[in-house]
Amino acid sequence: MADRGFVVSRLPGFTTVALLVFAALYLPILVLVVFSFNGGDSLSQWGGFSFRWFAKAWENDQVKDATIRSLWLALVAAAIATAVATAAALGTTRRKPFNGQTFIYVMINQPLMVPEIVTAVALLIFFAWFKVNLGYQGMGYLVAAHAGFCIPFAYLPIRARLESMDLTLETAAADLYATPWLTFRRVTFPLLLPGIIAGMMLAFVTSLDDVVITLFVKSAGQDTLPTYMLGQIRRQVSTEVYAISTMLLALTVVLLTAFFALTRKRD
Amino acid sequence: MASQAELERDKASDRAGWLLSSPALLILAVAAIGPLFIMLVYSFLIPGEYGNVEWGFSTDAWTGILFTRDVFDDTLRLEDAHLTILWRSVKLSLLTTVFAFLVGFPTAWFIATRPPKARALWLFLITIPFWTNLLIRTFAINEIIRAEGLLNTVLLWAGLIQKPLEIIYTDFAVFLGMTYVYLPLMVLPLFASIDRFDMRLLEAGYDLYASRWQVLRRIIVPVVKPGIVAGSILVFVPALGAYVTPRILGGGKQMMIGNFIELQFGQGRNWPLGAALSVTLLIIVTAALLIYVRFANRERGHG
Repeated sequence: MADRGFVVSRLPGFTTVALLVFAALYLPILVLVVFSFNGGDSLSQWGGFSFRWFAKAWENDQVKDATIRSLWLALVAAAIATAVATAAALGTTRRKPFNGQTFIYVMINQPLMVPEIVTAVALLIFFAWFKVNLGYQGMGYLVAAHAGFCIPFAYLPIRARLESMDLTLETAAADLYATPWLTFRRVTFPLLLPGIIAGMMLAFVTSLDDVVITLFVKSAGQDTLPTYMLGQIRRQVSTEVYAISTMLLALTVVLLTAFFALTRKRD
Repeated sequence: MASQAELERDKASDRAGWLLSSPALLILAVAAIGPLFIMLVYSFLIPGEYGNVEWGFSTDAWTGILFTRDVFDDTLRLEDAHLTILWRSVKLSLLTTVFAFLVGFPTAWFIATRPPKARALWLFLITIPFWTNLLIRTFAINEIIRAEGLLNTVLLWAGLIQKPLEIIYTDFAVFLGMTYVYLPLMVLPLFASIDRFDMRLLEAGYDLYASRWQVLRRIIVPVVKPGIVAGSILVFVPALGAYVTPRILGGGKQMMIGNFIELQFGQGRNWPLGAALSVTLLIIVTAALLIYVRFANRERGHG
């Protein structure tokens, strides 16, 4: 008011703390990225800029296998999760509240509320029974587990998109004697598509990031990139692991930027 | 009054809601919820010699959480190793939550008070660490605090210390790592509630001669409480079940309950005890969530 430059919303010290927090959040990641370009043999000494650890990771067959497996798993799990989440979002929005709707919400969000380690152990017990009695050791377990915990991440952006969508176009289509299926295919689906893609991206990143559940569910020889990295650190952190981290980080940033471009509200 | 046709339509709409949700529910039943019940059953079985279980009813796993049976006279003694791990988990998770709030609140406030364009950018900057792989972030902290890490190198070079600080593989390292890793989970819900905060309330407060501290304590905090509670839950729950961060930064010595559960399924070969500990963890988390729901509902009732 009377004071010059008095801003109501300014609280002393808050900006300083916030800027320190941002610095603290990014400094470690930055150090990791810089050191992944270290040409030296040991992490402790800087041996000049070099791509050698990236090249080494690239030539490592275990890394190659784990990368392909991670990407394949994330793609399949995200596709399944997105498909069922889209159906569920259509089923739970834009209609009168119905019996069991809260139950469905709680079920769908359940993976967000249970600590990962608990889900992981429960799945270990459950799938161990199948592995022993059916003898099946394939990727099916990982696909099911990943699809499961990805569902809420796909569901939330799709539901948000549906809730902000205008109903009138669909009503108009129905008035023009379009069947429900035709209305969905020609009107609802194209409008919903950005939400579906956004949901699938979040599901993809979530699956790609998972360590704990994968660690407990995988059978022998089914390492993903994160479980491979965790295994490496047991011996000794190597610059190669940092190089893999930098590549994974770059992928995450690209996907997130695309996600925000998709979900940004148009002015 | 609803006509017969309207009732029929509502019923059809209910059915469609369930039908469309059923594939998602089916996957969740197999890959998330069902296994939890089976785990509960396993906590009442007898441990097998090489892991897994033998079928037979036993409550040993449950008493085993707090007690050990003496081999000689069969009496029960308090198991302090388990209690230590439980206590460390709760303590470190609480410390993480409190510290994350102390630095997270100003951060969320800062973001929420930027002009719209800049706000989107700052929000994006807080989201990137949030979506960055947990392992990468833990490696990053490891790189900073390990014996030959950046922190020690800089401090030694500056002559502030004579020998490297031993931070890594301590409780403090785990606390630091967890705060770093879970901080965005605190900032995001806080931002959401501060963003809706009506800044005119501040003007009113200042007009009535409130100091900045009074404004913060008496106006801001009560209004954004739902965000505070949500952020605290979002940090506390994963911190309590943390596995990766204590394993890397605690070096296997400073175990938390998550690591201890894993141990029972690996070297420990005591699946029922592992299952019982998991159920215990789940109960603590559920209790925390119930408190949250009560808080949230009370706020809504008032608003």
